[in-house]
Amino acid sequence: MLTKRIVPCLDIKNGRTVKGVNFVDLRDAGDPVELADVYSKAGADELVFLDISATEERRKTLANLVLRVAEKVNIPFTVGGGISSIEDVDMLLQNGADKVSVNSSAVKNPQLINDLAGKFGSQCITVAIDAKQIDGKWKVHLVGGKVPTELDLFEWAKEVEDRGAGEILFTSMDHDGTKDGFANEALARLSQELNIPIIASGGAGNIQHFADTFIEGKADAALAASVFHFKEIEIKNLKTELQKQNIPVRL
Amino acid sequence: MKIVIINYGAGNIQSIKFAIQRLGYEAVLSSDPEEIKAADKVIFPGVGEASSAMQKLKDSGLDTLVPKLKQPVLGICLGMQLMCKYTEEGDTQGLGIFDVDVVRFDNQVKVPQIGWNQIESLQSNLFLGVEEKEYIYLVHSYYAPVINETIAVSNYGLPYSTALHKDNFYGTQFHPEKSSVVGEKILKNFLIIK
Repeated sequence: MLTKRIVPCLDIKNGRTVKGVNFVDLRDAGDPVELADVYSKAGADELVFLDISATEERRKTLANLVLRVAEKVNIPFTVGGGISSIEDVDMLLQNGADKVSVNSSAVKNPQLINDLAGKFGSQCITVAIDAKQIDGKWKVHLVGGKVPTELDLFEWAKEVEDRGAGEILFTSMDHDGTKDGFANEALARLSQELNIPIIASGGAGNIQHFADTFIEGKADAALAASVFHFKEIEIKNLKTELQKQNIPVRL
Repeated sequence: MKIVIINYGAGNIQSIKFAIQRLGYEAVLSSDPEEIKAADKVIFPGVGEASSAMQKLKDSGLDTLVPKLKQPVLGICLGMQLMCKYTEEGDTQGLGIFDVDVVRFDNQVKVPQIGWNQIESLQSNLFLGVEEKEYIYLVHSYYAPVINETIAVSNYGLPYSTALHKDNFYGTQFHPEKSSVVGEKILKNFLIIK
């Protein structure tokens, strides 16, 4: 049976992890490769690296990091952040990334999704969508949720699927950072209206939130950062608890 | 031991090379027919879209070479699918090593299947030391139905071939190089197959 995926997300700046992490047993908690290795051994199903660097050398630094991760880690990983062209994606896949995630650049140029899916296959193209509710309507936002657009979440998600994305990573800006649970209602609607996998992101605070997003939110995977980085939730405990609630997980 | 990963421009071959390295072996990437023929083990990777991958294989003249190889050959993911007779994806004629047509999952399930699924009905030395129902990582929209040459089954809406074997040819729909310790065991088994 296909299992639900648990996906730790690492924010990267200039080749280093950004948010503080609480791993006392790590030689270098700022090294994404070491952290990735720890997570893969702890039972993470997949990893996401989100690059937020803005320097001239960012592409080279990121490519180098991807290569080092691929060398060390035996589970799949996705790389996102600032990806806007076929060349960007080609370089990341060549260096060993399994999937890439595109966000703002797809909103600005939707044809990019068709081009990437056509060239590299849908299976490695994740489209990340950040959205929050304005007057009760889910609106797509850009630049990490700062800039609102006129796009409706569900219409955009459908278009993304039609253009060939293999998967959607949906972050609710209303829930992100609240530790109050995922946006299960919107997630369930996405799963109902679309036929590609949906990764839930934003709002993880405790183990029950994960169970809820898999059952009520019908999510295929759940992404979180700080609850894992600060060891508030251990992946093994999380999966054991999910299994008790009859949610299929890889243990 | 000389291990060659066929490099025909289709997909993420770096990960396979690294996985082999982690097992303590070295693999070279090559599109040179002589070098491929001389290898002890050949890995035939592939991700992406079937018809364009098949075209790349033809452009490099390797479509006629692969079916004639005598040493153990392992096709991974799209590599396995291209070793089949035909695939619906891009209406593509395959290499015809495995006697089966690859078809798309229907929309009863989410397509592509992405994630960790179980392997069962294991029937080959490829799975030595691997338990029934262990987890492996898959990303695919098309599948090979269960046939005589099936050596492992996964279930996604229906049971399908998650691995195939005929003579010196092996194929896995899953990615052993991304399937954690289980995948490493399977890859190691392939590397020591006689």
